[in-house]
Amino acid sequence: MSEGTIKKFLYLNRKAPYGTIYALESLEVVLIGAAFDQDVSLAFVDDGVFQLTKNQNTKGIEMKGFSLVYNALGDYGITKLYVEKESLEERGLTLDDLQDVVYEDENDDYAEKKSILLVSRAEMGQMMETQNVVLSF
Amino acid sequence: MKFSIQINEGPYQHQASDTAYLFTKAALEKGHEIFRVFFYHDGVNNGTRLTVPPQDDRNVIKRWSELSKQYNLDLVLCIAAAQRRGLLDENEAKRQGKDAHNIAEGFRISGLGQLIEAGIKADRLMVFGD
Repeated sequence: MSEGTIKKFLYLNRKAPYGTIYALESLEVVLIGAAFDQDVSLAFVDDGVFQLTKNQNTKGIEMKGFSLVYNALGDYGITKLYVEKESLEERGLTLDDLQDVVYEDENDDYAEKKSILLVSRAEMGQMMETQNVVLSF
Repeated sequence: MKFSIQINEGPYQHQASDTAYLFTKAALEKGHEIFRVFFYHDGVNNGTRLTVPPQDDRNVIKRWSELSKQYNLDLVLCIAAAQRRGLLDENEAKRQGKDAHNIAEGFRISGLGQLIEAGIKADRLMVFGD
């Protein structure tokens, strides 16, 4: 279906994971979209940084937890998760509060590498400039 | 230019569908092409034919149906989002054993791959939502 076109797709996640359905349905697009062999990046800004926090437990709110899916994204060839530094800081979070999302680099003898790239707000803006399709959730 | 449109919010609650409609209509009138309009999240509620808005207000759903007829617009409701929210076409109602279906004229139900394709095929994907 892609007819050989490869575009840079950015999924921009701005919302906390369970208060609204945006995060879950964004992840559903990401997983389906992975079959199209595009150049995919994910970005997490504003309350979107909460999507990547570790030790999420949704039992009390009776909702399906989906935080572990982020750790499986590497198997779908999705290895670039940009996290905005200022958004973390504004919410009293550090990288230690986030899951250690990794992928196996098939071009480097399947070495385990970190998927999360911590960038400043300015760098996030520059990265967005280079994208062809930005889907914001 | 070739545009694709993504609408993430339901009718009346949010202006996204209104703005997307006015943008789409203006683009078509200027001779641009709309590859597809894709309804996601609560946006799928723009495709129910059972709304009865007050007569002195705009009819958001009917407006999309009419625009689709006039320009042969491809209006797609995401199937996963639609099923969660009770939007079913005749086939899906039968398949799921439901006693009714409610898709408005000009809309069709399909998968998320249609959104990715819309991003690939168009020059610009415009996202309308919160």
